[in-house]
Amino acid sequence: MKYVSEYRDAELVKGVLDEIHRTVTQPWVVMEICGGQTHSIVRYGIDQLLPSEIELVHGPGCPVCVTPLELIDKGIAIASRPKVIFTSYGDMLRVPGSERDLFSVRATGGDVRVVYSPLDAVKLAQQNPDREVVFFAIGFETTAPPNAMSVSQAQALGLDNFSVLVSHVRVPPAIYAILGSPHNRVQGFLAAGHVCAVMGYWEYPPIAEAYDVPIVVTGFEPLDIVRGVLHVVRMLESGEAAAENAYTRAATFEGNKPAQALIERIFETCDRKWRGIGVIPQSGWKLRPEFAAFDAEGRFDVADIQAEESPLCIAGLILQGLKKPHDCEAFAKQCTPEQPLGATMVSSEGACAAYYRYGRFATE
Amino acid sequence: MSEKNNQVTIHGLVCPRPLTHDDIVVLGHGSGGKMTQDLIIRTFYPPLENPALMRGDDAAVVELPQSGLLAISTDAHIVAPLFFPGGDIGRLAVAGTVNDLAVMGAQPLWLTASFILEEGLPIFILEKVLESMKATAHEAGVDVIAGDTKVAERGKADGIFITTSGIGVIPAGREVGGAKAEPGDAVLLSGPVGEHGIAVLAARGELEFEADVISDVAPLNGLIETMFRACPSIHVLRDPTRGGVATTLNEIARQSEVSIKIDEKTIPTTLPVMAACEMLGFDPFYVANEGKVVAIVPAEYTDAVLKTMRAHPLGKQAVRIGEVTAEPAGRVLMKTAIGGTRVVDVLAGEMLPRIC
Amino acid sequence: MCLGVPGKVKETYEANGLKMGKVDFGGVTREVCLEYVPETEVGQYVIVHVGFAISQMSEEEAEETLDLLRQIIDIEEEVGPEGGVA
Repeated sequence: MKYVSEYRDAELVKGVLDEIHRTVTQPWVVMEICGGQTHSIVRYGIDQLLPSEIELVHGPGCPVCVTPLELIDKGIAIASRPKVIFTSYGDMLRVPGSERDLFSVRATGGDVRVVYSPLDAVKLAQQNPDREVVFFAIGFETTAPPNAMSVSQAQALGLDNFSVLVSHVRVPPAIYAILGSPHNRVQGFLAAGHVCAVMGYWEYPPIAEAYDVPIVVTGFEPLDIVRGVLHVVRMLESGEAAAENAYTRAATFEGNKPAQALIERIFETCDRKWRGIGVIPQSGWKLRPEFAAFDAEGRFDVADIQAEESPLCIAGLILQGLKKPHDCEAFAKQCTPEQPLGATMVSSEGACAAYYRYGRFATE
Repeated sequence: MSEKNNQVTIHGLVCPRPLTHDDIVVLGHGSGGKMTQDLIIRTFYPPLENPALMRGDDAAVVELPQSGLLAISTDAHIVAPLFFPGGDIGRLAVAGTVNDLAVMGAQPLWLTASFILEEGLPIFILEKVLESMKATAHEAGVDVIAGDTKVAERGKADGIFITTSGIGVIPAGREVGGAKAEPGDAVLLSGPVGEHGIAVLAARGELEFEADVISDVAPLNGLIETMFRACPSIHVLRDPTRGGVATTLNEIARQSEVSIKIDEKTIPTTLPVMAACEMLGFDPFYVANEGKVVAIVPAEYTDAVLKTMRAHPLGKQAVRIGEVTAEPAGRVLMKTAIGGTRVVDVLAGEMLPRIC
Repeated sequence: MCLGVPGKVKETYEANGLKMGKVDFGGVTREVCLEYVPETEVGQYVIVHVGFAISQMSEEEAEETLDLLRQIIDIEEEVGPEGGVA
């Protein structure tokens, strides 16, 4: 597959790995921000091929994992209402709420549907004028432009039966939160390539400088990931701390201006609760007041729903890179992909699910 | 039309002309009376025609061509949409049951098929499905010797549900089973993975993509017979359906208490299946097949069996994808495309498109 | 956050006031919203996330990246394997 297969070339990957082996002289802790990168690392066994001096720590870049429990409960409450068609990206269907997941709402008569694109949800609203179509708008900055477009389109088309349940999170506040934590061990970051394709990476040089931490915009294929690691390690070894781009074919410094413009028009920043971590100030996006008509929380009056996490689940510590999945008492015992206690096990890009699926039961 | 009442005479009184109901299925077709008989004679018998079936008794009576062990299997078939590129529920039903028998080393002989039809189903759809079953049965060399039809109220059966049973005879000397894999054996796969799953997903239209993919649904007994001629002592055969090759290999590893090691680079995929999986975040190794076979054979037979498979239309891209070892028992491991290792686990639930 | 796949734009058109396109990923085509990459032309590659092109994929950069990484192997061959960890 063009522009995918080439980045899985074993020989090229080995070449870069060898270079990393040659470059590294001491232990380093590097965090990959994006869940898609975690998925790739574990699926291809990249971390096993890196020198043992490099510890890869998995960051909170899994939008499904960090969606707060009460938001899932709100989604379930809405999906259970009559006449509602509740639409969502696939992975959200299995995230456990306080009592059940969205999938089970289907089994008790709710109309819950997977959509690939938010515009498919808008189309459903057009085709079903007598139903209420709700779209679960989750994601990081990569998914914000598509989600924003669904609201913009619904307005342009004059739809009064479309609303969104919003749970957007932003990367830079999360990086600040991680670096600002007294327990932080992370010394370098692989930044999320597609988040940067949208937002650019102009926010990172100040962070790199302030915290003396190299940040490298990195893609998702094995070759991209090892290249990102190489760039980070080179900087760490030479005492440099800058923001670099190792995903030049998709990300630019400025990012995607039209996408940023629509995000700006539809959303405003707000405090956002990250499941397992807690509230990170100004780390989320919500609908601007002028789009309140499209806010599902208001339309369905679910604002008051509260929720409590399972005491066994340490997803928060894993998302901050402080623990690994196999450090958790419940991992692979009470908590499995079939019966997940927390979102890092449910979502296939969650660290726990990735570890479970790809067989990481013992400490490496 | 009253939901509770399925008497034909009421229909005749209500409608402006006497309806013979030969265009759609109605509840009366399942009542066991004349309408059912007519449906059977006019719609079911012609495509499926064979002496045992046509006798019309409550049970078919057949004689085994040889004595020996019988293989018997049963399967229920639900698929949406009913027709998809490469096949339909009828072909799926026949091929699926034939394959269940064939992977036990049996020569499939007879099938039974019972149909639950949804009230309102156009009869021409039923006819198409039956024609397809006829063609597939012919391909496999089997007869459908017994059947049944019931009609469910509108909304209570997705068009058609088909349940099949199959009977086959296992020639003496063949002992194939999921527990028979041995360390040192070679793991072979008959062709590219994931075609059925992606073809059906595209045809369902919910994710709104078009794919140049045709379901691989096909009866495999012909291919499998040629494989036995090359290697009478095949250890394991299985057709990887839902859950993909990954799930099938896990089942075998567990049953045989061995480890199976796969080389990712050898797994055949067609470009459109790969592209669809990339777009949705699926792993082709977990996507359903309906016309592929996994064979575990003593290592020394690898070349002979592969050569035979490749000479058959359904095995042209047959390839060795791995081997059986002793440890870690019950686990399937994969050497990834870049030389790393990962464990291939079973699928937790339905595969869902991911955004990350 | 991040599942983005490169695909080739086969046609562009307008629908419901939005610039849309048919993108081919290799035998699989999907309608993709091109509003965020309005300058995209047929024959160009885009990165697609949930049915939206979030950026153009520069074929030039893609090739350059591969060349760069191929050079690492060449240097390795010249310099020899010393210093590499097995």
